[in-house]
Amino acid sequence: MIKVEVKNLYKIFGPAPQKILSHIKKGTVSKKEILKKTDHGIGVNNASFQVEEGEIFVVMGLSGSGKSTLIRCLNRLIEPTAGEVYIDNEDIVKYDVDKLREIRRKKISMVFQNFALLPHRTIEENVAFGLEVQGLKLEERINKAVEALVLVGLKGYEKSMPSELSGGMQQRVGLARALATNPDILLMDEAFSALDPLIKKEMQDELLSLQVKMHKTIIFITHDLDEALKIGDKIAIMKDGVIVQIGSPEEILKKPADDYVREFVQGVNRTKVVTAGSIMKNTDTIVFSKDGSRVAVRKMKEASISSVFVVDKQRRLKGIVTIENATKLIKENKEDLNEIIDTDVEVVSPDTLIEDLIPLFINSKYPIVVADEERKILGIIFKVSVLAGIMGEEEYDV
Amino acid sequence: MYRLPIGKYVEIGVDWLTDNLSTFFDIIKSAFLFVIDGFEFIYVGIPFIIMLAIICTIAWWTAGKKTALFTLVGALVIKSIELWELTMKTFALVTTATVIALVIGIPLGIWMSRSNRLNKGMRPILDFMQTMPAFVYLIPAVYFFDLGPVPGAVATVIFAMPPIVRLTSLGIRQVPRDVIEASRAFGCTPKQMLFKVQIPLAKPTILAGLNQTIMLSLSMVVISSMIGSGGLGDIVLKGITQMKIGVGFEGGLAVVILAMILDRITQSIGKPKSKRKVA
Repeated sequence: MIKVEVKNLYKIFGPAPQKILSHIKKGTVSKKEILKKTDHGIGVNNASFQVEEGEIFVVMGLSGSGKSTLIRCLNRLIEPTAGEVYIDNEDIVKYDVDKLREIRRKKISMVFQNFALLPHRTIEENVAFGLEVQGLKLEERINKAVEALVLVGLKGYEKSMPSELSGGMQQRVGLARALATNPDILLMDEAFSALDPLIKKEMQDELLSLQVKMHKTIIFITHDLDEALKIGDKIAIMKDGVIVQIGSPEEILKKPADDYVREFVQGVNRTKVVTAGSIMKNTDTIVFSKDGSRVAVRKMKEASISSVFVVDKQRRLKGIVTIENATKLIKENKEDLNEIIDTDVEVVSPDTLIEDLIPLFINSKYPIVVADEERKILGIIFKVSVLAGIMGEEEYDV
Repeated sequence: MYRLPIGKYVEIGVDWLTDNLSTFFDIIKSAFLFVIDGFEFIYVGIPFIIMLAIICTIAWWTAGKKTALFTLVGALVIKSIELWELTMKTFALVTTATVIALVIGIPLGIWMSRSNRLNKGMRPILDFMQTMPAFVYLIPAVYFFDLGPVPGAVATVIFAMPPIVRLTSLGIRQVPRDVIEASRAFGCTPKQMLFKVQIPLAKPTILAGLNQTIMLSLSMVVISSMIGSGGLGDIVLKGITQMKIGVGFEGGLAVVILAMILDRITQSIGKPKSKRKVA
């Protein structure tokens, strides 16, 4: 189900945005030209995208790319110049002040880059802020605030002041405050960008594990591609107010839409993104366990390989036989491959990351098998394909 | 060179106001008088010992042991030079002027923080109010309100109000943008924003304004003794006009002690008493 849909959204800053808008819609005027010739700036230029319910949608771009403006249009902290923002199929751009306030209180909440906590309030009062604004009774809102604090792992800090907490903990408070109102949608504006790398990683993991429980629709802004690739189900890349590409992390990495995106993805640690499924090779050369030693040897010779995987009737992996053992078997005039099958084969699922494949190769003399849950072979991975995957030169068997 | 008849026009204007708005000024006069008398009745009416205990306790609460001790000694000095009652009268005037300055000044400051246009428009007016030599206010004040404590209090309000207006506006404007944004994102109404976020965060700055307003009130109240507002200013004035150095010094000393007590107490309001330990 589509939770958030943005259609042809524009935000132009300046004294006469509508006039500039018609220019932009008509012609191919760049952001720089607008800035030079008029007093206007383009924040968001014709952005359209859809976010599925329960999805983490990352908007990624450098500073000045309009990503923070875009996210603020979603709860109208910034008023869009033109376009529609549908939340649960209702265009919130048309909402009046009261309806807008209602949706901000109940449906959408936000986490900010610099935490934006109220320094004069205790942690639990900060977390309860959204509920207080809604008019909930003290006891009820403190109960819910404490629940939210437990969720983010800050039990015991209820009475502390924000200034007594580290940055990472303060942002947990920010997250708890956003979760306390139990919204459907979380807007996270560079939520982890102000944190130390280690804390940042910890928070990312925390968010992902919370998301498993909560299934919120999350729109996450970042300038950090590694972060985008790690937490995003889908990523939109922005440049000069324009969304240049939307896709899954792998799509962005493998098929960058233009040079801008390509340059971006060059420095990425691909081992954390590229999966076994995308670097595996199809394999036709397998033998069935009923086939017998002669068939096995012939097949290996044909394909000029020194070992072959053995499967049962349902193509489920049984193990591997080497050419030496199979020839030995023939010399002994035996047929049954089951005697010589080596079951010590590493099997992984297609969504395993390269990062996790590398240690498996260290201990395995054979290629790694990619299989589904029933151990049916989907493909195999050689050491060399892992290296190619890291370098970004994998070929795809489409 | 042509002489601009500014002074003349001011006189004409003031004359017109006294002629046409006398009822209005009478109402203000009674209101001021009511408040001044009320405070004076309380301050002078409470026996010295009890008053001393109250002030010392407040000083202890807000500013700690040292200020409480200073307050005790200071009050005893004033009592022993037989200026206690006059000090309380001055204090009543200061209280009145400060309360009225706050009642007008804080809302005005809040309004200024929200409107850039008003902010721009008010700035020269506030400069004028604050830098115009204080004596000058006394003349029209006498025109409108006769002699006595009321014109003194009115002049004091005008002279002492700018800091509270300015610092209220400044304090609210200085509330971090992201905090404002966050409270909007959580669905605050403008009123909730003002009372739950802006004023609490601006509180230290607003209190600094309160402190300055009180100090300015005190200095102006002394000056306004020239138009018969009474209190410690009378003693100082007597010292000047009759060349009695001793009397003048005693009056001045009482003013200084009152000022220091008020300053220390108001400066410590709003500051955390002891820093919390890191959890």
